[in-house]
Amino acid sequence: MKSIILQIMYILTGLVAIAAGVYALTDKEHKTKFSTGAFWIIFGLIFILGKSIPSHIVGGAIIFMGFLTALKRVGTGSQTNSSEEYRIKKSEIIGNKIFIPALSIGLIAFAVAQFTKLGGLVGLGIGSVIALVLAFAITKEKPKYLGYESSRILQQIGSTTILPQLLAALGAIFAMAGVGNVIADLMGSIVPEENILAGVVMYCLGMAIFTMIMGNAFAAFAVITAGIGIPFVFSLGADPAIAGSLALTAGYCGTLMTPMGANFNIVPASIMEMKNKNGVILSQIPVAMILLVVHIVLMYFWAF
Amino acid sequence: MVTLKLIGIIIIVIGFLLKMDTIAVVIIAGVTTGLVSGIGFFDILTKLGEAFVQTRYMTVFLLTLSVVGILERNGLKEQAAKCIGKMKSATTGKVLSMYMILRMIFAALSLRLGGHVQFIRPLIYPMAQAAGEKKNGLLTENENEKIKGVACAIENYGNFFGQNIFVASGGVLLIVGTLQELGVVVTPYAVSKAAIPIGIIAVIFSIIQNKFLEKKISKIGGEKK
Repeated sequence: MKSIILQIMYILTGLVAIAAGVYALTDKEHKTKFSTGAFWIIFGLIFILGKSIPSHIVGGAIIFMGFLTALKRVGTGSQTNSSEEYRIKKSEIIGNKIFIPALSIGLIAFAVAQFTKLGGLVGLGIGSVIALVLAFAITKEKPKYLGYESSRILQQIGSTTILPQLLAALGAIFAMAGVGNVIADLMGSIVPEENILAGVVMYCLGMAIFTMIMGNAFAAFAVITAGIGIPFVFSLGADPAIAGSLALTAGYCGTLMTPMGANFNIVPASIMEMKNKNGVILSQIPVAMILLVVHIVLMYFWAF
Repeated sequence: MVTLKLIGIIIIVIGFLLKMDTIAVVIIAGVTTGLVSGIGFFDILTKLGEAFVQTRYMTVFLLTLSVVGILERNGLKEQAAKCIGKMKSATTGKVLSMYMILRMIFAALSLRLGGHVQFIRPLIYPMAQAAGEKKNGLLTENENEKIKGVACAIENYGNFFGQNIFVASGGVLLIVGTLQELGVVVTPYAVSKAAIPIGIIAVIFSIIQNKFLEKKISKIGGEKK
């Protein structure tokens, strides 16, 4: 049951990507329509066909997608949001009912995770489908906007959509190459073994510092968990759900303090027309430092 | 030499510092790390593809895009702005704290109802700034700069420390997936529950920061009353 629903969800997700590709290909005003179309259609096919394509071909396709983004050949199309007057007029007609579909995605996903054995991921799929029906019922929008809107937003988000999956793959290669071991050896020469406090401090600090260097806590998580988390924290009997969860948010404390997290720190400073480009980081540093200490304390007392 | 394996990390640091294309930098870092560690190119491709397909669950959020888009074109953000605008909170700190709490709850429900462009610049900062001027008279450029910084910060706090409370968030699934690869089995539900305390603590420290900001503004601005 669960695996069938998941399979259907992967197919639907693939169709969303392919729809964006088709919109790009048929977009007369699109500056990079062929390469953008190819990018999303390849991505969609990987989603739909999944394990039935040999892995090395998927790997080759990913490298091809990398060429397209490196050459700046994946861009946005000519789809636009409706006009501001139209949106204000509609919001007066619809009123607060518009929040129902918006809230139902999260609430249904939560309910499915809480009350059935299907899990949160399947819940997200069911929630999305129900919310979509509700959205059409409440806004009385034309059906053609189903593919139009998902394509508009997906092309806006752009190629970074695939970054989480790509960073997970990077983590897998790092693991196969033994990068974590190298870092663990380096860190291990500093961390005394069998010392829970030292392990916890190094795990949280390692996450924050590594995230500051890479600008991405997701990438740091795989490396630092393999290198420090497993040998110095998990192996001493930490609750893996608690320690894992805290490690990731310890990494986020690093994101708050680094210009590498440009989309969270530097870009907003320009959006707000601030004089100091690091102004957002400066206001975040005190809270981030305190929260990092809180992470260490919580992990030490709560995970053990 | 073993430390040669760290070349991937160096490539990522340099690539990011030079603001090169992120996707390409990550791929190059992965392939180079594999090659210097003596793994064949074919095996690298296989691993890359295998891991990419196995982690498809991270991108299932694409299913929500149609819903968000259709609601957006029918005035979701305008209605949200209207509702937040009706709350007549008198002070800078209260406006910011109110948004912080709402943002945290939205993030925990996996609602992407936030954003520096969509909410902070057009709505939250103007409200916070107006509340400050109502109380203290005209604010200086430095004071406005401070309000801007904190207004951007609360968006990040709410987003970062709220999102993992949602069971199917990217962060939770990454934790589950990564630990599974390393031979540790945890459920997404347990991970998301473990994210609740730090979410609440982040709200508390954010509120304290907002109070400090308010004090700072009234101290300097008070002379001009």
